[in-house]
Amino acid sequence: MIEITILSGKGGTGKTGITAAFASLAKNTVFADIDVDAPDLHLILKPEIKEENQFLGARIATIDRQVCTNCGLCKKECRFDAIHYRAEGGLEVNPFECEGCRLCERICPVQAISSEHSTNNHWFVSNTRFGSMLHAKMGPGEENSGKLVTTVRKNAKEKAREENADFLLNDGPPGVGCSAIASLTGVDKVILVTEPSKSGFHDAVRLIELVQKFNIPLYAVINKYDINTEIAKQMESFFLTQGIQLLGKIPFDEDMVNAIVNQKSIIEYRPDSEIARKIKEMWNKVTEPIEEIK
Amino acid sequence: MSYKIAVCSGKGGTGKTTVAVNLFSTIQTKWTKNVQLIDCDVEEPNDLLFFKDAKVINRSIVNQLVPVIDESQCTFCGKCEEYCEFNAISIIPSVKYASVDPNMCHSCGACLHACKFGAIQEHQHPIGELTSFSRGNQMDILEGSLKIGSPMQTKIIKDLKANACDESDILIYDAPPGTSCPVVETVSAADFVILVTEPTPFGLYDLRLTVDLMKEMQKDFGIVVNKAGMGDREVYAYIKEEDIELLAEIPFNREYAGQYAQGKLLSDVPPLIEQEYLKLAIYLKNRMSHD
Ligand code: SF4
Ligand code: SF4
Ligand code: SF4
Ligand code: SF4
Repeated sequence: MIEITILSGKGGTGKTGITAAFASLAKNTVFADIDVDAPDLHLILKPEIKEENQFLGARIATIDRQVCTNCGLCKKECRFDAIHYRAEGGLEVNPFECEGCRLCERICPVQAISSEHSTNNHWFVSNTRFGSMLHAKMGPGEENSGKLVTTVRKNAKEKAREENADFLLNDGPPGVGCSAIASLTGVDKVILVTEPSKSGFHDAVRLIELVQKFNIPLYAVINKYDINTEIAKQMESFFLTQGIQLLGKIPFDEDMVNAIVNQKSIIEYRPDSEIARKIKEMWNKVTEPIEEIK
Repeated sequence: MSYKIAVCSGKGGTGKTTVAVNLFSTIQTKWTKNVQLIDCDVEEPNDLLFFKDAKVINRSIVNQLVPVIDESQCTFCGKCEEYCEFNAISIIPSVKYASVDPNMCHSCGACLHACKFGAIQEHQHPIGELTSFSRGNQMDILEGSLKIGSPMQTKIIKDLKANACDESDILIYDAPPGTSCPVVETVSAADFVILVTEPTPFGLYDLRLTVDLMKEMQKDFGIVVNKAGMGDREVYAYIKEEDIELLAEIPFNREYAGQYAQGKLLSDVPPLIEQEYLKLAIYLKNRMSHD
């Protein structure tokens, strides 16, 4: 089984639209939406949920004011300034500020503090018209530590093994933080979907730096390349110097958006279009069993 | 006290940066010079790309405190490892190994309370930078950037907020994408939040998540629809149904998108787009005088 993660660095490059297109081409593949902060792939793949699981998020402390003696120690020691005096007396924890480190719980002289895992996060195993899919939903304001990403990936891998799948395709998170790292470690290939803008280029460079640290074969797609052909050219030569294989360039086309509006991949929506043909070519390049000699 | 406006989007790429940068520029040219733009998207700060004339006036390193274990004092009892909720510590008694991974550490200080042998001390560990820029004679853009892979986004955002110029009439925070902790950190101090979305099913889905967060945080907010004219009308139906203020609609313009790509966001803004930003600025001005 080959595991591929699709990343974009910056959001809005059309990563999910392209992932959906790959999904409709991929045979014997399991899909995972590991952009847990803003998952969108399900809007096209329309999964039918088979299994729902709770993911234990970070802990949040609460103070039992019946027990608390108002000594103020916890408030003084909390490094995140999450504990406050209430106007009506007594202390309380602001759940949005609490990092769940349990320091206050451990130092409270009268054991007035306890902490519970947040139960706002869930992950799912589903069926879609293209195959099995794993995805998640995070509660608002939860800490996106990458742990949920790791959980979804781990279970997606198990599912892929169980089904004897040839590929596991991950729709990855934006950025270069811990969720991005969690989406990379140990994968076989990374596809970078970029767009030719200064900010897109800037973010791509940061992301490439990260992926190269992990020594993972990297492929690139320049989406909407004709928005700015000059930057597209610069990107192309940059990829060349970095040994990154350019899978292809996709022109700007409103049909990419229209496909999404119709909850379809571009392959389903415009099967005979130029874009569909290009994306097919790209998918073939990534999945070629023998690495290209270049 | 400055009036603080946060610009957010559930999803990346809806044009959050475009809106923040244009709003900043509109306010600066049409209303008051005394406005500061603060790029809180610390994983991918981009605002500066649009201001070629900006000069660095100050750069400072942001550090976090990371514990270091003195192996000559340590008894390898493992208590600190047990206390660390973030799995940053590994203790292997059999080989007398003790270490802290700065990339996992949240600087909470719990391990210091765990150790009864005085074996843990904290040291400064760099996690990023704050840079302030000027385009004339004042410090008008502040940017935070996080070292790749560090989990300490919120620490940098806190420092950014602390270093914002309090004398400014208005502070504009360009928030990170999504709805998780760093967004909460950015928005928590804001008087008003602008949610940027696009009229597609993706935009709508992520907008709903962000609206839920704003309600939970009891924030005043309104919506800007970017790339108007593309996609479908569902976003508008939702905005109406939820009775949220539609602050502006920025039409999609192919040529302007190319200009954006080039970093030329602020020159030759099409009149229809310019008008929408003016509308947004006027709305904020009215709001400020009422709040
Ligand atoms: S440390 Fe315990 S007793 Fe003291 S204020 Fe905090 S909760 Fe109350
Ligand atoms: S768990 Fe940690 S962050 Fe939360 S209130 Fe206690 S000390 Fe503060
Ligand atoms: S400071 Fe907190 S997160 Fe860092 S090692 Fe100690 S217990 Fe773990
Ligand atoms: S608690 Fe102190 S003595 Fe025990 S393992 Fe940690 S550093 Fe060593």
